[in-house]
Amino acid sequence: MSERQRHGASIGQPLTRRDGPDKVTGAARYSADFKPEGLVHAVMAVSAIARGRVTHLDVAAAEAHPGVIAVMTPGNAPKLAKSPDLKDNPFAFRLDLLQNDGVRYANQPIAVVIGQTLEAATEGAALLAPRYEAEPVSVALGAGEVFTPETIGAGSPTSEGSGDVAAGMAAAEARIEASYDTAAQYHNALEPHSSVAQWDGDRLTLHTPTQALWIAKGRLAGLFGIPPENIHVICHYLGGGFGSKGFIAAPQILGIMAAKFVGRPVKLVTRREQMFGPVGHRAATRQTLKLGATRDGTLTALDHHTLTLTSRHDDFVEPSGILSRHLYAAGAISTTHAVSRADIGTPIFMRAPGEASGSVAVESALDELALELDLDPLEIRLRNYAEVEPITHRPFSSKALRECYAQGATRFGWASRPRQPRQMRDADGLLVGWGLGTATYPAGMMQGEARATIRADGTALIETAAQDMGQGAWTVLAQIGADGLGLPVDRVDLRIGDSNLPNGGLAGGSTGTATSGTAVHNATQAAIAELAALAVADRASPLYGAGNAGVTAADGRLARRDDPARSESFSEILSRVGKACVEAKGQGQGDPASRKTYAMHAHGAVYAEVKVDPDLGQIRVTRLVGAFAAGRIVNPHLVRSQYYGGMIWGVSLALHEHAVLDPRSGRVMNGNLAEYHIPVNADVPSMEAILVEEHDPHVNPLGIKGVGELGITGTAGAIANAVWHATGIRVRDIPITLDKLLG
Amino acid sequence: MSFPITLTVNGTARSLVLEDARVTLLDLLRERLDLTGAKKGCDRGQCGACTILVDGVRVNSCLALAVSHDGASITTIEGLAGTNPAGGDALHPVQAAFVEHDGFQCGFCTPGQILSAVGLIQEGQTGGDPERVREGMSGNLCRCGAYAGITEAVLAAHAAMTAPDVLPGRQLAEDAA
Repeated sequence: MSERQRHGASIGQPLTRRDGPDKVTGAARYSADFKPEGLVHAVMAVSAIARGRVTHLDVAAAEAHPGVIAVMTPGNAPKLAKSPDLKDNPFAFRLDLLQNDGVRYANQPIAVVIGQTLEAATEGAALLAPRYEAEPVSVALGAGEVFTPETIGAGSPTSEGSGDVAAGMAAAEARIEASYDTAAQYHNALEPHSSVAQWDGDRLTLHTPTQALWIAKGRLAGLFGIPPENIHVICHYLGGGFGSKGFIAAPQILGIMAAKFVGRPVKLVTRREQMFGPVGHRAATRQTLKLGATRDGTLTALDHHTLTLTSRHDDFVEPSGILSRHLYAAGAISTTHAVSRADIGTPIFMRAPGEASGSVAVESALDELALELDLDPLEIRLRNYAEVEPITHRPFSSKALRECYAQGATRFGWASRPRQPRQMRDADGLLVGWGLGTATYPAGMMQGEARATIRADGTALIETAAQDMGQGAWTVLAQIGADGLGLPVDRVDLRIGDSNLPNGGLAGGSTGTATSGTAVHNATQAAIAELAALAVADRASPLYGAGNAGVTAADGRLARRDDPARSESFSEILSRVGKACVEAKGQGQGDPASRKTYAMHAHGAVYAEVKVDPDLGQIRVTRLVGAFAAGRIVNPHLVRSQYYGGMIWGVSLALHEHAVLDPRSGRVMNGNLAEYHIPVNADVPSMEAILVEEHDPHVNPLGIKGVGELGITGTAGAIANAVWHATGIRVRDIPITLDKLLG
Repeated sequence: MSFPITLTVNGTARSLVLEDARVTLLDLLRERLDLTGAKKGCDRGQCGACTILVDGVRVNSCLALAVSHDGASITTIEGLAGTNPAGGDALHPVQAAFVEHDGFQCGFCTPGQILSAVGLIQEGQTGGDPERVREGMSGNLCRCGAYAGITEAVLAAHAAMTAPDVLPGRQLAEDAA
């Protein structure tokens, strides 16, 4: 059966974004673009120390500045119904909301100035001239007590393994042991965290960027002591999140408090340099890899130990070792994590948390082992191909990784790669290197709900509080809805990005389309069943007596399954019974039984070419080919963009991003977009993403895996390996910068 | 102290009295003229999200004080469709190319990218060379990583706008004049 027959006309089509016209004309309004009547401006003052307390703020100077309305400090800020330090669920991260004068990290909010104009509030904040009682700080990885965390990432076990690693290492004929450092990274979505908040008694209307509207609503309800239904969060357009907007952050809540404080609508926008602290980051890691193998490259042992850091006041542990539990079939596996505390803002999920930092270490180590064994990097990966999930021995729900390796290799021309480094140069004398990395990311699902409404005019409405942060929900959820209802996509309206809609879960963890898409699909099937029930019970309908299961929906009509010529339009069915519409809800969540039986992951293979100046050490990625398998592809046009974006994040991890903390003050020394490097257009090479076909009957009814994070994994390791291949120098301190090649 | 200035914004003459000399062009557009298409990503000229055309030239509006641009002609993303050489309300060729080639994801940097692309094409320095387009567009950061689509879109728009039956950038140049 072809895709089209099975799922109708929309899924699988490379439609351009339905939100495209709004985004290219400026009509798309982001949170900070809203301006309720009477809006005033709030600006945060943030701490210049990383530990201690604020002893003085020159509030009088700020208040005396023309246009300043009020100054909100720990002395007068609204008290909250619940302590922002109360951890009543694992994802309630502690927040600094002016409830005391303590300072726990640099750039922590310490006051908010509200002004008639942005200029007045900005000047007022500068006039506060804070004085501090500073305590000594520690921001280095592994400084102080190192301990084993209870859990890592989103509650995963801190250690997991199988077999006897020591015996596996002893039995090995080749071994490597190496440590790889990855740098602290900050999400830096182009849209800063912001709030436009308006109170009406104990009801709040809030424009704020969030990846999870209902989670935000729940947290705010607790902090302000009001029912969740009193809170209306609106975010139709979200200017990037990458994990930093999964949970509402302190600056966003301070805007809401400021609105309460002055009794007027308030806009607070975080300044770029203020985003290096209170809105999360990916912590630095030091990962020690011990690999042992027989002469033919079969892994006898894989030991992956991660040391990372978290804040002094809260726990989030970058789960770098998790991918070693799923990826390569080693005879024995150990994955462990340790953590130390530092005077930094609490780290948080950042695009491919754990997998991104872990992948660059594992892929580098595997190539170091391949060198010991004189094996081709592709050969050693195929030799250790996991036919079942290594530790659990569960079968994969689907896994087309072998096809990814093959198709990528062919397209890239991998077969002609010389085994030894420094063998290739281009016409200008630059060293050329080729590298490979395996991409992997779990095909998770959260919980979500959607509502489908079929209207008498032959159109339909799909509603869910899902979020589009660029991945394409505005388009693909309409495609899924259209096919579920048997309607052309242009007759399906979609409403998302509003907390008054059914809970849409979280746009994160590469779960958005799988979760919301499943909810939308199930809602459409339920709505069609409602419609069918009307028709088959109606003697005037050509479908009378067909039974609910005896009809199918296509082209805006229900038809008898056994006689498609007998059919009736949605409009006719509803009009005859005098109904304006039928509506139904559907749930999206993973099937617990399937998820127990099968391991569910998306995979890919990324091939990279770099060129390195032999005299200057300058590195440029010149070619990237990724081949990815992630189940059913709802929209290849937009999925390709997700892969490209992920691969660029891989370039960024491998070569660019590095937050530098001053060990004495604990301050971020490069907290701006000129000095904290992310790739610009000229850093990005010609790219290709091959969509490898993969059918997954187990992951969810539509067979959808996530694609948002897959591309960053694999890519960074491929680049690190390509740099080695170009130069013969193995850099184990990521990002790889030219100084590390010249040293 | 107040500062009277006159600007032509998207073809319409605007006489304004600023009460504050610190107002940037970006904050003037966003906070006082309700033209929120230009975005504030860094407020110090590092990200390019605030790019607009001032007298036909691309400018980081967060670094431009409004009072120092008295008399200038400004094009923002909201007014770009009106400058379409084909006339009417149709999308400008650069806007259409960004949709067609998926030159964005979240869309936050997009107004700046598009105006930067319009400016770049008018500068006439790149021809159809992708490397020069990438270089010329490197003042506009995109964190989602839509650069491949952006480059394709700029090349496609460049080709469309410099085709023999279209006068390159003429309408914009006239607006600026």
